Amino acid sequence: MATGTIGEFERSLTDVGVELTRATPATFSETLTSVVDEPAVGTPLGFDGVSLKDTPVTTELTPKDLTEAQTGVTPIGRAIAQYGTLVVESNTAGNEPVSLYPPTHVGVVRESDVLADVTEAMPHLAERFSDGGSVVFATGASATGDMGALVKGVHGPKTVRVVLVEGL
Amino acid sequence: MSLEDRREKARHIRHLLETEGGAIRENTTVFNEDRYDVSESFDDYEDLRSRARRIKEDAIDRLPELIDRLRESVEANGGELYVADDAADANRYIEGVVDDENAETVVKSKSMTTEELDVNDHLESVGVDVWETDLGEFVLQVADESPSHLVGPSLHRSQEDVARLFNERFDPAEPFETAEELTAFARDYLGEHIRSADVGMTGANFVLADSGTITLVTNEGNARKTAVTPNTHIAVAGVEKVIPSADELQPFVELIAKAATGQPISQYVTMLTPPVESPTIDFARPTEPLESGDDDREFHLVLVDNGRMAMREDEHLEETLYCIRCGACANSCANFQHVGGHAFGGETYTGGIATGWEAGVHGQDSAATFNDLCTGCSRCADACPVKIDIPWINTVVRDRINNESDGAAFDFLVEGLTPDAEPGSLDVQKRLFGNFGTLARVGSATAPLSNRLAELGPVRSAMERFFGVDARRALPTFERETLTDWFAARDSPDNDGREVVVYPDAYTNYVLVNRGKAAVRTLEALDARVELATPQESGRAPLSQGMIRTATRRASAVAADLTTYIDDGFDVAVIEPSDLAAFRREYGKLLDEETHERLAENSYDVMEYVYGLLNAGADAGVLAEPSEPLAYHSHCQQRTLGVETYTEAVLTELGFDLLTSDVECCGMAGSFGYKSEYYELSMDVGSDLEAQFAEETDRTLVASGTSCTEQLGDLFERDVVHPVELIAPDR
Repeated sequence: MATGTIGEFERSLTDVGVELTRATPATFSETLTSVVDEPAVGTPLGFDGVSLKDTPVTTELTPKDLTEAQTGVTPIGRAIAQYGTLVVESNTAGNEPVSLYPPTHVGVVRESDVLADVTEAMPHLAERFSDGGSVVFATGASATGDMGALVKGVHGPKTVRVVLVEGL
Repeated sequence: MSLEDRREKARHIRHLLETEGGAIRENTTVFNEDRYDVSESFDDYEDLRSRARRIKEDAIDRLPELIDRLRESVEANGGELYVADDAADANRYIEGVVDDENAETVVKSKSMTTEELDVNDHLESVGVDVWETDLGEFVLQVADESPSHLVGPSLHRSQEDVARLFNERFDPAEPFETAEELTAFARDYLGEHIRSADVGMTGANFVLADSGTITLVTNEGNARKTAVTPNTHIAVAGVEKVIPSADELQPFVELIAKAATGQPISQYVTMLTPPVESPTIDFARPTEPLESGDDDREFHLVLVDNGRMAMREDEHLEETLYCIRCGACANSCANFQHVGGHAFGGETYTGGIATGWEAGVHGQDSAATFNDLCTGCSRCADACPVKIDIPWINTVVRDRINNESDGAAFDFLVEGLTPDAEPGSLDVQKRLFGNFGTLARVGSATAPLSNRLAELGPVRSAMERFFGVDARRALPTFERETLTDWFAARDSPDNDGREVVVYPDAYTNYVLVNRGKAAVRTLEALDARVELATPQESGRAPLSQGMIRTATRRASAVAADLTTYIDDGFDVAVIEPSDLAAFRREYGKLLDEETHERLAENSYDVMEYVYGLLNAGADAGVLAEPSEPLAYHSHCQQRTLGVETYTEAVLTELGFDLLTSDVECCGMAGSFGYKSEYYELSMDVGSDLEAQFAEETDRTLVASGTSCTEQLGDLFERDVVHPVELIAPDR
């Protein structure tokens, strides 16, 4: 993926208040641990070369874990540079609730999954939908203006962080 | 409408201006400005609008086929699709699902379609607790109010309002003050309800026929939680939400937030193909692994007809079905910005497009309660992400209301005795304003008596009583010598430049005659050969009252006259911007395509025409020297046509010190500001312009439109001139 797209992704994330931390497969566990507030829950990443194994993140989930966790860690299927959007792919492991319930969501993004724009992401979505799959475009933290001023952290996370894995 | 009805309406509007106007104005103005910013910074915005429009045209065209396809997809996924004929049918089905689940609690995310059904009331009547989880909807639920805006349902409430409401209702140990405190409380309070709810009900912004995928667009994340936390998910949407497939989704995903709130994209665009694969979560068994409950996920998609399939067959209302409920028509509307959806809305829907929705789903009576608040300025048509001709829908529905209303009180005004083509049932106020052309002709012929008579106290009070013409408004002063009289009595210079016919609209011919004379003198000074067309009203006045037949008759007469000049190679110069807008835009609905196109292509704003002559080499030196500094307000129709720049360019190039207003609407809007029920709203909208020019006491006030001229005159009690009067050579 061209550095141009990654650069745009990083700028867009900054615009929507999401902090990006870079990691390599070698530094991943350490880096992830540094951006996670405990207790933390997560779903298996499913990426070759990185995993949640040597991190404080538990992947054995109960409703209690979900409500008490400070951080939820999930893999991100694709990311959209133009808007700083994380494409959360629903799965049986629980990407959807884990990215939604805890006050902080940490999305793990492979460099090669960062796409330029929505148009580039659509074929991927079409394929998922035809297989009965679901996705969420999540851009920044959950927010509302309904109480008279902009407040972050409503029904979804108040803080969103991205760990970008370079070389994957 | 009776005198008492008008007074009641005025009281209601006054009340809303005082109680809700401030919050509505602040919020809608921010949305509107942010929409301008984001649409300008996004290169493909216009292309997205065109594509979205085409997709909706196609989808509504083959809707029955798409619904069949959708049914197959939803059923193949393991869900149920129910197409409900009307609200009662939908509520019955939803009640059945809730009953089958033995559900005690239903949590909901925001959905205007469920508002249309009154599903909350229905479920509560059978003993089910219903909780709105969108914070704005929750505020309304606590306050027992209806939404004032399609996207921001509680937009009319300020932070202090909400704090007061919640402190009264929930009596917290420490009273709530900040938005953060209120949000935290609502999140925790509703979070508990979501975790224990038996059924989650959402809307759906877009539904994909090919895969059975529904799209939910939210910022708070409540729709996500509502959809996946309870095991049973009911999604409710109008039938018009169906589009073919993921291929058609992209423009809408990118457009909706930009149009709605000016955000580049919403926080969450949730695309679910239910029943979803996410694990079930049983919060009653907190330490068991996810997915260990014994209940499977269940999904019901309720598509609501409730009049929509009939709208599809209605050539004028059909376009309403393209609406993606973004609220841009409300945010861009000056009247809405000031009074909000509790006046500018019907039983369910709010803003400009609400006329189409209410007429289609609840009936014309609901549309009739607010339809007159649309002044036809057409800013909403430019704001609409799917390019719906919202002003035209408002005009058509107004016409239909005119033909239905009870005119018994004035049944002596029957067809044949009036100068229009409307039925005897037409409201007398509308008939008066719609026949302005006739009124002006008679007023001019009997001036100055007519002017003196009109200013008499008893006459004004009678006009207010019988016709709803507000006595606080200054009336136009008719000139005895019309522009046509003046033109006929003089010798034209022996010019050899372009041939141009000036269209003497009713105001220019009978009231604001000086601007007409100035236009002729200016064009002649620039070597044009000038003729004056037959003085007749363009049809704009009756059209604004929804008198489409009369407007068509007038348009045909004007076109017949002007096209004879165009046949002879003349251009057409138009002084009144609303008439130029009629020639270029509304005549497209009233005349055959060829006539409309010829007239539209050959007609120019008079200052646009001057600009063209100067650019083609005419000598600017023959025009008047720049004199006093100016404060200029261009007409809304000039802005939507994009021709106001010519006036600004000519005045600036000639060396005038020009200050232009960035207020989009003066608030007068033709007859609107004269109507006693709307006078105060009109002045409230005008207060923006007043504030902008308040310090400019040394500047001459300049306006292109008649309405703006009258409004500025009333706001500042100073003379107001047309731009062409400033540049016309001395006599």
